[in-house]
Amino acid sequence: MLEFITQPWHWSVAGLLIGLTVPTLLLIGNKSLGISSSLRHACAACMPANIGFFKYDWKREAWNLFFVAGVFLGGVIATFVLSNPNTITVAPATQEALQALGIKDFSGLMPADIFSWEALASAKGLLFFIIGGFLVGFGTRYAGGCTSGHTIMGLSNLQWPSLVATIAFMAGGFAMTHLGLPILMRLLF
Amino acid sequence: MNAPKDTLDPIIHPEACEAPNEQRGGEGLMGNLKYLIVGTIFGIVFVKAEIISWFRIQEMFRMHSFHMYGVIGTAVVVGLISVTLIKVFKIKTVNGEEVKFTPKQFSPSQIFGGLIFGLGWALTGACPGPLFAQIGSGFVVVAVTLLSAIAGTWVYGWMREKFNLK
Repeated sequence: MLEFITQPWHWSVAGLLIGLTVPTLLLIGNKSLGISSSLRHACAACMPANIGFFKYDWKREAWNLFFVAGVFLGGVIATFVLSNPNTITVAPATQEALQALGIKDFSGLMPADIFSWEALASAKGLLFFIIGGFLVGFGTRYAGGCTSGHTIMGLSNLQWPSLVATIAFMAGGFAMTHLGLPILMRLLF
Repeated sequence: MNAPKDTLDPIIHPEACEAPNEQRGGEGLMGNLKYLIVGTIFGIVFVKAEIISWFRIQEMFRMHSFHMYGVIGTAVVVGLISVTLIKVFKIKTVNGEEVKFTPKQFSPSQIFGGLIFGLGWALTGACPGPLFAQIGSGFVVVAVTLLSAIAGTWVYGWMREKFNLK
């Protein structure tokens, strides 16, 4: 059993479990799945700055903060207790394309060339941590949700605005991967 | 425990919240621990299926692997079936409340915001959820990304008010 758990999980198993989160949250507490609201609650709790958008009873929505604390904890457990003994397999074509952009280390879940403290103080840090994070936070709030709130919860509930948002998420991702990254990597590194 | 009736005072949500809490009455600390547990399972799945991997997101946007499409597609189908069953059989919550769904209003912001998020998604290799799991899995430096994401959310709220950005 443990051997089965420590292997990387098949996409259908992951999809099934993520999909089941939707009815679980609805039935245990009438809550809709959506993770980016946790970022907004963090603003409301720490720095509402008299902005109407952040003035609400965030404690009533605190379940969302408990949920993301769980996601963090899950990351710890999966990595340090149930960790996969083998390295992750990256598709050869992707590996080739990324090598051309200057990424050398394919041993972990994240490229150590980018996601390290040393990189933080460089142009890489500015691009991948500061700008990347800012775009994620600004964009999800502007779009009224992220891949969980729109793509999973919204599509499960047949909300066509969520389909529009999902298509926009993908379009932005394709644009950055194929147009933005090659230029930025050449300019910055 | 008797569930309060829907004829009572309306529940006040933050405006435009995609993850509203429709439960009457609050959740105490013990109540909130339920969400910690569900979140923990969610986080384990994220790591075990390598959804938090920057490489997996790159594979997805380069269409070199079916993995992420399989995960998202399966999750949506399972979610859709579950929501349909809840609606058709009027399944109630554990507190005996009617499950409430909040309809989403279309706005061009879903396109503009969505595109902006997509740009960041490809850079960070993470949506908001996986950010927390990435930090948990030992990439502590991603906390900087998270703080920047919170700053982005704050700037959106500020611009929304200042420039009527919606």
